[in-house]
Amino acid sequence: MSTARSIIPIQADTPKVPTFDYFTTKKDELVGWARKFSLFPYPFVTACCGMEFMSVSSTLYDTDRFGAALPRFTPRQADLLMVVGTVTHKQAPALLRVYEQMCEPKWVMAFGVCATSGGFYNNYAVLQGIDKIIPVDIYVPGCPPRPETVIDAIMQLQERIGNAHHPILKGDF
Amino acid sequence: MDANLPERIRSRLTPEAPTLVVSHGMPVVELAPAQLSAAVRALRDEFGFDMLLDVTAVDWPGQALRFEVVYHLYSTRDFVRLRLKTRVAEADPVVDSLVPLYGSAAFMERECHDMFGIRFRGNDDLRPILLYEGFAGHPLRKDYPKLQEQPLVPYREA
Repeated sequence: MSTARSIIPIQADTPKVPTFDYFTTKKDELVGWARKFSLFPYPFVTACCGMEFMSVSSTLYDTDRFGAALPRFTPRQADLLMVVGTVTHKQAPALLRVYEQMCEPKWVMAFGVCATSGGFYNNYAVLQGIDKIIPVDIYVPGCPPRPETVIDAIMQLQERIGNAHHPILKGDF
Repeated sequence: MDANLPERIRSRLTPEAPTLVVSHGMPVVELAPAQLSAAVRALRDEFGFDMLLDVTAVDWPGQALRFEVVYHLYSTRDFVRLRLKTRVAEADPVVDSLVPLYGSAAFMERECHDMFGIRFRGNDDLRPILLYEGFAGHPLRKDYPKLQEQPLVPYREA
């Protein structure tokens, strides 16, 4: 049985380019570069800011361009917790539980003025800013924030991640 | 709204409901807590008010009968709304439950119990619905401190 199938060579017959066989960099810069462009957000969406989150995630503004697009709906696969909207005292245990389930390294964005400070809700029900219970890396003001504000926050966070120390084992390395 | 409706309601509920006014086109009935169940049953069965829209309360601090429990009824047949008010004292804020008449009363009475501490005789399930277990006090009472928080998660060190 003979087949006249054309065979695609596994190794393309291209001339070797000797200029890019290896490069040198710093470990922190390499890891930071990898991490800052692969942010997996977990959207903890509780209120009307969620509409703005949808807007900034989808085509017109498209956080995918910044490597921060694919929402993971389990905190165990996410490294950026976006708290989008008002958090009440009744919800606070759920938020803390989500945060605790995320693996290191993890970052937290307070999206909108309610998550930042409670916003104009100052009463028996509303947590006055999520930084009362979990550490926050970046705050996005606005009610709701403009999509440009959110993109700026993502870029600032990426800048910070890129310049940070990223311990791989522990301690200094 | 049928122009005779307030008068018909007034004559049907007399003498139990001495005051009936029309406020912004809506009949408003004020009655004593003891008359509530019978009056609502009459309104539902004879006047077609087949939907209970809301149960809430108003706090009038300093008045002898401090709490005013407010009900809103609606007739899906005649497209008419009606408001019912009854007053209870702070020492014993109890009114009859409307659960036997309207199933929707169960959750709304729970909310009213959360927020104002009104107890509804006959509603066996007055667990917190919007608040959480362990919340002390009733936040929509006028004497609840405006800025008092009762966090469930301990705050981080600043």
